[in-house]
Amino acid sequence: MLTEVQARRAATGEAPVLRIEPSRGWSALRLRELWEYRELLFFFVWRDVKVRYKQTVLGAAWAILQPFFTMVVFSLIFGRYAKIDSDGLPYPIFSYAALVPWTFFATGLQQATAGMVTHANMLKKVYFPRMALPIAKVLAGVVDFSLAFVVLIGMMLYYGIVPTINTVWVPVLLLLALVTSLGVSLWMAAINVRYRDVGYLVPFIVQFWMYATPVVYPASIFPEPWRSLYGLNPMAGVIEGFRWALLGTDTAPGPLIGLSAGVAVVLLVSGAFYFRRMERTFADVA
Amino acid sequence: MSHYSIEAVGLGKRYQIVHERNRYETMRDRLAATFTAPFRQAGRLLRGQPAPGAAEEFWALREASFQVRPGEVVGIIGRNGAGKSTLLKILTRITEPSEGHADIRGRVGSLLEVGTGFHPELTGRENVFLNGSILGMRRFEIARRFDEIVAFAEVEKFLDTPVKHYSSGMYMRLAFAVAAHLEPEVLLVDEVLAVGDSAFQKKCLDKMEAVGRDGRTILFVSHNMPAITRLCPRTLLLSGGRIIQDGPSQQVVGTYLSSGLGTTAARVWNDPAQAPGDEVVRLRAVRVRAASGEATDALDIRQPVGIELEYEVLRAGLTLHPHFTLHNDEGVFVFSSFDQDPAWRGQTRPAGRYTSTAWIPGNFLSEGTCIIGAGLLTAPPQVLRFYERDVVAFQVIDSQDEDTARGGLAGRIPGVVRPRLNWQTQFFGANGHAVALPAAAGQPSREASL
Repeated sequence: MLTEVQARRAATGEAPVLRIEPSRGWSALRLRELWEYRELLFFFVWRDVKVRYKQTVLGAAWAILQPFFTMVVFSLIFGRYAKIDSDGLPYPIFSYAALVPWTFFATGLQQATAGMVTHANMLKKVYFPRMALPIAKVLAGVVDFSLAFVVLIGMMLYYGIVPTINTVWVPVLLLLALVTSLGVSLWMAAINVRYRDVGYLVPFIVQFWMYATPVVYPASIFPEPWRSLYGLNPMAGVIEGFRWALLGTDTAPGPLIGLSAGVAVVLLVSGAFYFRRMERTFADVA
Repeated sequence: MSHYSIEAVGLGKRYQIVHERNRYETMRDRLAATFTAPFRQAGRLLRGQPAPGAAEEFWALREASFQVRPGEVVGIIGRNGAGKSTLLKILTRITEPSEGHADIRGRVGSLLEVGTGFHPELTGRENVFLNGSILGMRRFEIARRFDEIVAFAEVEKFLDTPVKHYSSGMYMRLAFAVAAHLEPEVLLVDEVLAVGDSAFQKKCLDKMEAVGRDGRTILFVSHNMPAITRLCPRTLLLSGGRIIQDGPSQQVVGTYLSSGLGTTAARVWNDPAQAPGDEVVRLRAVRVRAASGEATDALDIRQPVGIELEYEVLRAGLTLHPHFTLHNDEGVFVFSSFDQDPAWRGQTRPAGRYTSTAWIPGNFLSEGTCIIGAGLLTAPPQVLRFYERDVVAFQVIDSQDEDTARGGLAGRIPGVVRPRLNWQTQFFGANGHAVALPAAAGQPSREASL
């Protein structure tokens, strides 16, 4: 890097100048700088993945146990006793296909929100683009997602569900879940630095949001046009999308997913700007 | 067009101290406010404004302007709360200034703490990469210097052990080793040398010195006056958020110590909770005394100097070893001395207030500023209860009188001590036989009182 700097200086006759001054109002996102710190982002993700299940007996099995046992409980309560409609699918795989992306979203949100406080010391001692922290926390969840996804494939084999060509949409739907999780996380993380209330609020949000999302029931219980408007909750789009892409539910959730994607992008962009606006005080209040 | 490495113009940082409001008149007001508060709060939150209240403004730093040329090593000193760390935090972009601006030319590396981001569950090897990358090193740079870092830290055998199993010494060594191998053009360092044992501190200082010789620009915040004078030719003195002096380190450190801004002839801790020490023993005061018994910060070189430690033993039954260290203003560690009073040697102490005074003989110290650090060990097992550096400082003044070690000579006399020794000179004449001198010449009665 030093040589890089020297080379640049040799080329321009001048070292790069960093200007430090007060900023006002909304600031630029500085995505280029974030890109320059991609190695740090990688190390943050790598650390979170490595550390998450250290000193646990079951280790990475937790990534599977959590959604799996939730699925078992849901199948008993909602599937067997409440007899909630499951679009004609066996209830266990119907709910598990939703719990895998939902767990990814919820864990990412919780980790990213708490991360700003647990890493407060780092915020006070060294500079890096602050957004790298929540991004890394959400990205680290992709590993857990993959493990839980393997079990989902196992369950599809067990129930004899043949994957269709629509399976290729899974990465896109994962990206949608990631964008949603990160968007909400940026908002929550930025507020959490100053107001620790958010730390107590997020578990509630996660709980209520899950029941507001078609995890234990199908979106098809709503008639159109309400079903498409359900896409205002971006996780509804993600989960209906997952069921459609993997399990072949007949409701091709076109308008619903389109709406979800739009809302997710709005959440992410607004969250990013809000985070940037708040981050200048992080070191002072963390 | 300027070619400074760092150029700060009117930097300032304002904090708001928010006091809890308590001005509700009636229960109804209070209830109403309780219900409307979340909405008002939410509006403010969106605009990114701080919470209201009887906000009081406080400037941690004000109108800080200075320039640093490439390759300069500059110290920053001042009391706690003088604005040193705020200045460094602004320059490292950890926090934004409230006014003014600064330009920094070249790649910036900062070291406000060693081991930032170290994770106890990760191994030494993993932490080197993680910490290096947090400090702004590229992965290939870390890989290239990895062996060097490990050798410096002396932890080769434990590289694949989680650092939570490291001793604190090993941990600090590894953490510093990573930081020491940063290769920025501008390095901003805060008080990181206040850790580790003295051998390691010396190693760190040597490394810092080497970094400085490499032509990097360094800003170095420290309370350690000896380190400042040794590493930095130039020093900024901060007080109350302002730069009050900027000049050669010897001079600035001298101002700091003698102006009452820093250490003085007596330091008393009125609040035991704030005093150095722990539940076993607390330091209460350190004083520099003249032979007459009065506290003083300027002494004639011929006079003995008493260093008095006043402390309170809170838990009885331990053997105590009060001690002090003496550094000169060039940062040289002149000596340390442990309580040798035979009355208490090997004896356990009852709880209560004590003073221990050591007398440094006259005609022993060199002229200039002496900086005292006070410590206390208990045994067995040996535990350092406190060591407070730079607690008091005093000036030793050498007169031009003939009855000093100077002996009436003018000019600078080098050396960290200046004992007046008993010299005897014999004249053997031209033929090799001792010759008695005329009686007036020699009076060997006033030898050094060492």
